Amino acid sequence: MSTGRGIGQDHLTIPEKLTQISWPFLVLLMMVAAVGFVSLYSAAGGHVDPWAGKQAVRFCFGLIGLVIVALVDIRFWMKLAYPAYALGILLLIYVDIRGHIGMGAQRWINVGFLQLQPSEVMKIMTVLALARFFHASTPEDVRNPLYLLAPLGLVALPTVFVLIQPDLGTALTILIVSGAMFFIAGVQYWIFGAVIAGGLALLPVAWHFLHDYQKKRVLIFLDPESDPLGAGYHITQSKIALGSGGIFGKGFLQGSQSHLNFLPEKQTDFIFTLFTEEWGLMGGLFLMGLFAMIIAYGYFISFSCQNQFGRLLSMGVVINFFVYVFINMGMVMGLLPVVGVPLPMISYGGTAMLSVLFGFGLLMSSHVHRDVKFTRRGLDMA
Amino acid sequence: MNRDMERHKEFSRRALILGAGKVAIFGTLGLRLAYLQIFERQKFQTLSDKNRISLRLLPAQRGEIMDRFGAPLAVNKQDFRALLVPEQAEDVEETLARLAKLIPISDEEKEEVLAEIEDHHPFAPVLVKENLTWDDMAKVELNLPDLAGVSMEEGQLRSYPLGTATAHIIGYVGRVDKAEMTDDPAMSIPGFRIGKTGVEKKYDETLRGEAGQVQAEVNVVGREIRELSHSEGKRGHRLTLTLDSDLQMQCQEYVARQNSAAAVVMDVHTGEVYALCSYPSFDPNVFSTGIPADLWEELLADPTNPLTNKAVAGQYPPGSTFKMVTAMAGLESGAINVSTRFYCPGYYMLGDRPFHCWKHSGHGSIDVVGAIRESCDTFFYETGKLVGIDVLAKMAHRMGLGGKLDFDVPGEGAGIIPDRAWKMKHYKQKWEQGETIVAAIGQGYVLATPLQLVTMTARIANGGKAVKPILVRSIEDVGSQIPEWPMLGFHKPYLDLVHKGMTEVVNDPRGTARASAINEAPYSMAGKTGSAQVRRITAAQRSAGVNFAELPWKFRDHALFVGYGPVDDPAYAVAVIVEHGLHGGSAAAPIAHDILLAAQKRDPRRIRTVDDTSAKNVTDDKSVKANTAAKKTEKKP
Repeated sequence: MSTGRGIGQDHLTIPEKLTQISWPFLVLLMMVAAVGFVSLYSAAGGHVDPWAGKQAVRFCFGLIGLVIVALVDIRFWMKLAYPAYALGILLLIYVDIRGHIGMGAQRWINVGFLQLQPSEVMKIMTVLALARFFHASTPEDVRNPLYLLAPLGLVALPTVFVLIQPDLGTALTILIVSGAMFFIAGVQYWIFGAVIAGGLALLPVAWHFLHDYQKKRVLIFLDPESDPLGAGYHITQSKIALGSGGIFGKGFLQGSQSHLNFLPEKQTDFIFTLFTEEWGLMGGLFLMGLFAMIIAYGYFISFSCQNQFGRLLSMGVVINFFVYVFINMGMVMGLLPVVGVPLPMISYGGTAMLSVLFGFGLLMSSHVHRDVKFTRRGLDMA
Repeated sequence: MNRDMERHKEFSRRALILGAGKVAIFGTLGLRLAYLQIFERQKFQTLSDKNRISLRLLPAQRGEIMDRFGAPLAVNKQDFRALLVPEQAEDVEETLARLAKLIPISDEEKEEVLAEIEDHHPFAPVLVKENLTWDDMAKVELNLPDLAGVSMEEGQLRSYPLGTATAHIIGYVGRVDKAEMTDDPAMSIPGFRIGKTGVEKKYDETLRGEAGQVQAEVNVVGREIRELSHSEGKRGHRLTLTLDSDLQMQCQEYVARQNSAAAVVMDVHTGEVYALCSYPSFDPNVFSTGIPADLWEELLADPTNPLTNKAVAGQYPPGSTFKMVTAMAGLESGAINVSTRFYCPGYYMLGDRPFHCWKHSGHGSIDVVGAIRESCDTFFYETGKLVGIDVLAKMAHRMGLGGKLDFDVPGEGAGIIPDRAWKMKHYKQKWEQGETIVAAIGQGYVLATPLQLVTMTARIANGGKAVKPILVRSIEDVGSQIPEWPMLGFHKPYLDLVHKGMTEVVNDPRGTARASAINEAPYSMAGKTGSAQVRRITAAQRSAGVNFAELPWKFRDHALFVGYGPVDDPAYAVAVIVEHGLHGGSAAAPIAHDILLAAQKRDPRRIRTVDDTSAKNVTDDKSVKANTAAKKTEKKP
């Protein structure tokens, strides 16, 4: 920013930036969040407490945070990418060590108003770091497999620490999101082919290292009816609740499965089940439509970015969001094993909500600063 | 710039490929949703209705166990218990802490409850504390508003009125172990108990009954809105045992004179067991409420094994009580007859190896009746050698030895009756003739349980009927459990010789148990003493003269006695073992005397037939001493 020779919206004032924020996108987010509040209200048997109210307050704070993040210059976020990544890793190590020295295997740190889950935060931090890394690389660099060792390290580090927790679901999410980032950054197809083939070959080895309860989950996913009262209970009950909803649902507050407590974790991981039990296929498709529009909007923002960092960052945020949605919905519909991934913006939970909104803040910052061009090191274009 | 354009284009291409993947995945999710909610809707709708209806199991009343006269041996006592539904409690530990202020709950119990909660679904009630008094229950009920998730329930606790006296027969009930889980839904009832030992275990399914169930529609918090159906279930069948509880109590007193002893009394014709005692015993009532760990350790460490039913599971060398088998083998095979006499110089030579008779000065010339009466070892050494081990073993099996008797109390010992094949199988060695000699007097490899010995005695006393011991007389709704027994085909004159020998054991001045004769007409008894070596005595020690009474208790010989009475028309058979009691004549015979006298006086066989426990026919009313419960049933002619 030294020369001041920027062009376009390089030096927008705050009011100018505010006009650049895409308000329709925020309306979309509010609609999704509203579905969440309605579901949480129903999950509590028609009460604002204990979930819907708190979630609404968090959303409001998150939305303000989103706007603030959006107003901060994209180049600042780029400079912050590595330090933020490092901080995330430190937090992860902190919870891992705390778990080891016997203070309980908690995955979160209590920061007063919410229980911060470093693994959730780490997903966005990894996206940021990868966006910064690939922003700086030329197409030739990316084609060089040795060059990819550094970003692979960026991915491996958080994955390992999350696996130690052990949180298989989040570790897989980080891997999938990072893989998609590599893909859009232009890594050659054959490398993906090789990695996937290698991964499949290593599957039996990986199976060996899974915890017993994780193996059980996978096995029960393959045949949930084998243990209808045990660990297959979640899947079976979820399918019953969802399926019995029908096309138009049982009606608001009428979801017998959810309200009679047959459905476990109805306010967190299985909230989509509760929602579709009460609102039916129509409700489910409506919500999926909102998700699809958010993702499409993210694509639009990504494509309109003039700088690679913004493009990669916004695409990473969108992929992260998509993976959440996919894993959660696949899980409650019995397409994927139960791995404990929340439905973004809907499930009750602070960290997930805030980290998703923070991600959208970054997305919006990319949008506001879409015409900013800068060098591979983050300097203004000369 | 060109570079960036190129990058941008590549980026867009890749992003669009990914986008296509996303569309495909979203499409899959949407189709899956539609499939579940449209095509499978009917199926899930049905399942959902099933879910809304809650099933609550009502424990069935466990069948009672009665003695032959209807006196209670195992009954159900009302008790109150506190349950906790973890899901409904805001903070389980806090709730438990509050509850502990009202009723006594130890920290240990708290841990157990918390562990159990871990293993169960959060909506399944867990038993917190049972055996509570009415006062405890009132206190908890009063404070229920502060105890979310807690509820009080009326339950039943198993109680054993005779306590230690029948502990080894009836056994006790306890909480279901993981290994004992079956698909009986009753197993999931909080605090459910099943039989762990004794008749409670063997007849567990008969006694258990079928749990009833309440179908109710439940509301949001799982509270019942209305009952849809209510089935009471079926209480367990009542068992009537062959036992006579008064005789049982008396016998238990008699065996309690020794450190460690056991006795069985049996009907020689039907096989009905009237009393079966093992001393020392334990209090089963402590077990049914949950036994404290230190008491359990103590019972396990006790050298007299209070937890073992010695009458059924204890296996001992039968010693001289085995001589009737050898005598019958000799007589039936023709190796000896009524006039056969052997000369006993106090030992018997097999080649150059001496086998001693217990009487060092010898019995002189002696026949089979005298050999039984005076327990002459030499006579039976010779007889054993003449018939050979295989014939001997065959006779032992016919007498009921060497195999389980399908008794109604689990844990039965099989005993050992060795023969050539047996030795080859277990030792890979040929049978030695010297081993036949020792087997002929019930030593060496031979082992038998008191239950087998009483069976043997009954088969001799009843003229060769193949009775087996029976403990369950009838099962409610099922009927009598007493079978007809086949004849073994013994030659009566031979049996008469054995009877004569056994009669003289107690009633002849030369008999080995002369001191234990019943001198109270019309009662009488016959029998046979025995002692069984615990530690092998070397020839050198024997000739030096071992004073067995100076050996440490656990190395002393076991004392045995088998007998029957009355002599002329045998009705009751008895077997007594006194562990480390030294001599059958001095330690075991007096107990057998008292038991046989008591049995003949009480005459518990007066109830001969039984159709059902509800219709008892008491024809002969000698039961002055019969307890009140018995009287009640006897009013009905």
